[in-house]
Amino acid sequence: MNRALLLWRKIVNIVMLSLTGLAALLVVSILFFILGYLVWNGGRAINWDFFTKLPKPVGETGGGMANAIVGSAKLLFLASVFGLPIGFLGGVYLAEFGGKTFTFLIRYTTDLLNGVPSIVIGIFAYSIAVLPVRHFSTTAGGVALGIMMIPIAVRTTEEFLRAVPGSLREGAMALGASKWKTIATVVVPASFQGILTGVMLDLARVAGETAPLLFTALNNRFWSPGWNQPTASLPVMIFTYAIAPYEDWHRQAWAAGLVLLALILLANICARLILARGTKFRTA
Amino acid sequence: MRKSLLVVSLVLCLAVVIAAQGGGVLLTGAGATFPNPMYSKWFDVYHTLHSNIEINYQSIGSGGGIRQVLAGTVDFGASDGPMNDDQIKEFKQKRGVDILHFPTVLGADVPTYNVAGITTDLNFTQKALVAVFLGSIRKWNDPEITGPNPGVKFPDSDILVVHRSDGSGTTYVWTDFLAKASGEWKSKVGTGTSVNWPVGLGGKGNEGVAGLVKQTPNSLGYVELVYAIQNKMPYGQVQNADGKFVKADLASVTAAAAEASKNMPDDFRVSITNALGATAYPVSSFTWLLIPSQFSDPAKRDAIKDFLKWMLADGQNYTEALSYARLPKPVIAKEEQAISRIK
Amino acid sequence: MSATVNVMEHAVPPESKLRALLRRLRSGDEVAHVLTLTFAASILLITGLLVRELWVTSHLSRAKFGWMFLWTSTWDPIFDNFGALPFIYGTMVTSVLALLIAVPVGLASAIFLSELAPRKISNSLSFLIDLLAAVPSVIYGLLGVFIVVPLMREKIGPMLIATIGQVPGIGKFFQPPNYGVGFFTAGIVLAIMIVPFIISVSREVLITVPREQREAALALGATRWEATWKVVVPWARPGIMGSVFLALARALGETMAVTMVIGNDPKIAASLLAPGYTIAAVIANEFTEATGDLYLSSLIELGLVLFLMTFILNGLARVLIIATERGGGHSA
Repeated sequence: MNRALLLWRKIVNIVMLSLTGLAALLVVSILFFILGYLVWNGGRAINWDFFTKLPKPVGETGGGMANAIVGSAKLLFLASVFGLPIGFLGGVYLAEFGGKTFTFLIRYTTDLLNGVPSIVIGIFAYSIAVLPVRHFSTTAGGVALGIMMIPIAVRTTEEFLRAVPGSLREGAMALGASKWKTIATVVVPASFQGILTGVMLDLARVAGETAPLLFTALNNRFWSPGWNQPTASLPVMIFTYAIAPYEDWHRQAWAAGLVLLALILLANICARLILARGTKFRTA
Repeated sequence: MRKSLLVVSLVLCLAVVIAAQGGGVLLTGAGATFPNPMYSKWFDVYHTLHSNIEINYQSIGSGGGIRQVLAGTVDFGASDGPMNDDQIKEFKQKRGVDILHFPTVLGADVPTYNVAGITTDLNFTQKALVAVFLGSIRKWNDPEITGPNPGVKFPDSDILVVHRSDGSGTTYVWTDFLAKASGEWKSKVGTGTSVNWPVGLGGKGNEGVAGLVKQTPNSLGYVELVYAIQNKMPYGQVQNADGKFVKADLASVTAAAAEASKNMPDDFRVSITNALGATAYPVSSFTWLLIPSQFSDPAKRDAIKDFLKWMLADGQNYTEALSYARLPKPVIAKEEQAISRIK
Repeated sequence: MSATVNVMEHAVPPESKLRALLRRLRSGDEVAHVLTLTFAASILLITGLLVRELWVTSHLSRAKFGWMFLWTSTWDPIFDNFGALPFIYGTMVTSVLALLIAVPVGLASAIFLSELAPRKISNSLSFLIDLLAAVPSVIYGLLGVFIVVPLMREKIGPMLIATIGQVPGIGKFFQPPNYGVGFFTAGIVLAIMIVPFIISVSREVLITVPREQREAALALGATRWEATWKVVVPWARPGIMGSVFLALARALGETMAVTMVIGNDPKIAASLLAPGYTIAAVIANEFTEATGDLYLSSLIELGLVLFLMTFILNGLARVLIIATERGGGHSA
């Protein structure tokens, strides 16, 4: 064998393999950089006021984002109310009841819905939830976010229901349980952990969405009572403050970014840890 | 155990929500960013005086104010460019009632810039501003710019033009002025809240433009006076119809409105750009609240009427601190009478 | 004899249809079936309604401009002349740029995670990379505005102009003016956003490549790298392509991060350092304030165009990924 060629191949081998390692390192370090930057800038801006006060008038320093935090929580609540039942029951249908063509159609449409850009969903929600009732509202925002939650909820539910071994179902049926009883009392509880983590990830993803809220929940300088008024939300506030020229607003945008990211990452970490450890029936 | 925890937390949520159903009056308005600092201060003060009334104003741009008021999704709008006849007709057609314009303050658009080493107020001729925004003047050391500014050192750099990316009354006022200053601008680009800009970057809102100019060297943009002052950005003097270079301030803006306020039309829609008068600042404008002439909710109607009364009286005392000029007295008097048109 | 009973005489009469239905209802299974079917069908309803809304509310501009809409490049709200070309251009340029940066880095990382790293490290690194995918886009926008834009304006942009910008041919992609905001900045931010998707899907796909392939190559004397690059990766190519399309679809629809760093100027420019505009960004900026029905209709038509682009790409992606998972990989 040509010695030089062998040496060259060995060098290429080492170089390329190191490059792949570097690439992975680069990507991971970006994550740490983002976290670090947010903690550094956001951490300095977080104080008690941030969590408890309302925003101040334009150009004045101080104030906080209490209404945005509550607003985001309400929006997520509504999104769950609209999106989870459809997602969960749709997933149950696909896993337990589905016929051939209809199942394919539903899965295909769910995938399609998942790929729709969030801004387009915002347009849709504006035309069905804002225009007909002629006001911006938390409900409209909830509808937009709820629609975005459906595809992931369907997929997660179906996946974890399918992962429940047949032996469990057969055992229940052998004891005389009807199909729906089997599902409700045996299959769903067995896959509950997985489905719950899927819901957490779903919520976390939707919590950071800004575009659909721009035309539905709008924004609000005050508290938004009930469900039919426009509401402030963390992502929209971050956007509004970040592109403004006021230093104080930038400061608050960092703080909001830190709070939002912390909550989302927390949900993700918890969900994945539970998944990795807990689900007994997960096939490799 | 998990189930009961879930139920308890759901009940708590609902309780909080139900408790938060305020018994007060809530108005939602949207529109101009031009007067946003003024309105947010006013609505804040008004709320402390009447704690059951909350007026939530969102500055999405004058175009947005007009659009959303036409769609009926907000209780009132705000715009620095009055609605044109077609839009007024459309409102009547869609919403069944008339739309009323109520001037609130006077403001000015100023040319703000960020050029290294230049801290003085530059003089801009009308020709220079038109040419820069048309893209026919590209460099800072063009004679049309350097001419009126003897002794100032200009770099041989490209001018970065910054305009609005959203539909804006500030744009309306600026393009209205440019159209009056130049027939070429009028026919090529026109006047409006959103135009087809020949050159430049877009920033969202006055805030966005101010932010971009502040952060980008060699840039030139137009913003409402208060944004330039609040952000301590330099802004230039503009040549007025009489040929004088005038700096935007309370006096010069008020001077621009002097002529119009004597002959104010009943619907309050006037343009005071390029006004005559040696001391008049040429890029001045009224800004209006767009209020439907009928409200189905009597509580909302009373709230808005009361706010207007307060705005025309006490409210005007807050204007100068924020670098907006008060409404001229004849205009205030006429408006106070017009409030009764809201039923 | 009499012990034989005529079964037919004592047979239970056949159930009436109604009784049968009631029995099934009481057992709950039919109810459950119908209930879940209804909810699943509502997904079809929602999606159908969405497409219909987009189609119907854009009819003004579709009627007026027809296909010309796709290659007109003016965007003039005053003279009511709208064209999608600058936005399609901006969307494609930023997404392609993002792919050019993200695919090498992503694929390399995926190779590292699937082939080289010990299981534990691979799992924890993948975990962290998945977290990167969870960061909301507005936060990427925040970081873009305060870190990437100044960096581009002061360091990277001038450097690019001075180096690649001087090379004839390719140099025209890196010309002044350089403001920090523009296609390139948006491309970088998008690349960071889509790299986790490429990594996670590619890694899964690479892991499914049968061991025999790898071992066969090594047995023939290939180095680790050669075995990976020349055997394993080609086997997984359809799946990797699928991940690329998925990432592309995500990049096309990205709104917030892009609108904060692209400059919002509807122009087509050769230089990547110039400001531009994308479909998603213009909708976000102008939707609430489009006065005039044709204006609004044009914006919604842009949304329709974007929807179709992502629809086609997502479809392609799914097909490719399924093709790999079925073991359909084959050598080049």
